[in-house]
Amino acid sequence: MIQTLGQQIITIAAVMAATVLTRFLPFLVFLLGKPTPKYIQYLGMMLPLSVFALLIVYCLRNVSLIQSPHGIPELIGIAVTVILHLWKRQMILSIAGGTIVYMLLVQMVFV
Amino acid sequence: MQYIRTGWRRLYLIFGMCDESFSINYTTPVPEGVDEGEFLSAVTLLNHSYWVAGSTLGGIFGSAIKFNTAGLEFVLTSMFVVIFLEQWLKQEDRTSAYVGFGVSLACLLAFGPDKFIIPTVIGILGVLTLLRRPIERREKA
Repeated sequence: MIQTLGQQIITIAAVMAATVLTRFLPFLVFLLGKPTPKYIQYLGMMLPLSVFALLIVYCLRNVSLIQSPHGIPELIGIAVTVILHLWKRQMILSIAGGTIVYMLLVQMVFV
Repeated sequence: MQYIRTGWRRLYLIFGMCDESFSINYTTPVPEGVDEGEFLSAVTLLNHSYWVAGSTLGGIFGSAIKFNTAGLEFVLTSMFVVIFLEQWLKQEDRTSAYVGFGVSLACLLAFGPDKFIIPTVIGILGVLTLLRRPIERREKA
């Protein structure tokens, strides 16, 4: 769909407003001078692992285990990322390594 | 971040807290001798500038890229895996990881790939809320 200039401006303004609102709202609600409630502190401690688990699942949401290639490139890509990271603990290396292996797999092996 | 309570810096940190900036600021220990406020702001500002520069370059030159970029999107998956792993290694109580994977997969199966995020977030919040007492009891023990 191609938007007119006016529509583009409205779209970007709406996205901007939603982003700014969702960024600032939690801080306005919880942090204006008062100590953070215990329940929120608990969530702050527990949520990150849950959320990153969700984000990993989200990235893989369209991978089919039934149809070829059965998620094998994703599995290998993630394995390479994890092994590199446990070995060197260098974020850039782990991410680049896993991604390059994955790209090679989908472009040359599992075409 | 909770320690920087005032001023323009706090406002900017809130404004600039996208997934990526949050991930880095959350997982990276502030180097010794470096002011935490300056460190967090610098990370956020650099990310912000990369974002603007990257989008602009992509917009202008994107159509000129000739090499096969198939699979490049895996960089995001890989990044989340690394951040998850860092957090996993750092955190003693890993219950929330199992909760995250369990609820996400259940909701993915139940609602399909396009509609599972909101039910998952509600589900994770619900399960973590139910688990609060047992987890806090175990931590004290």
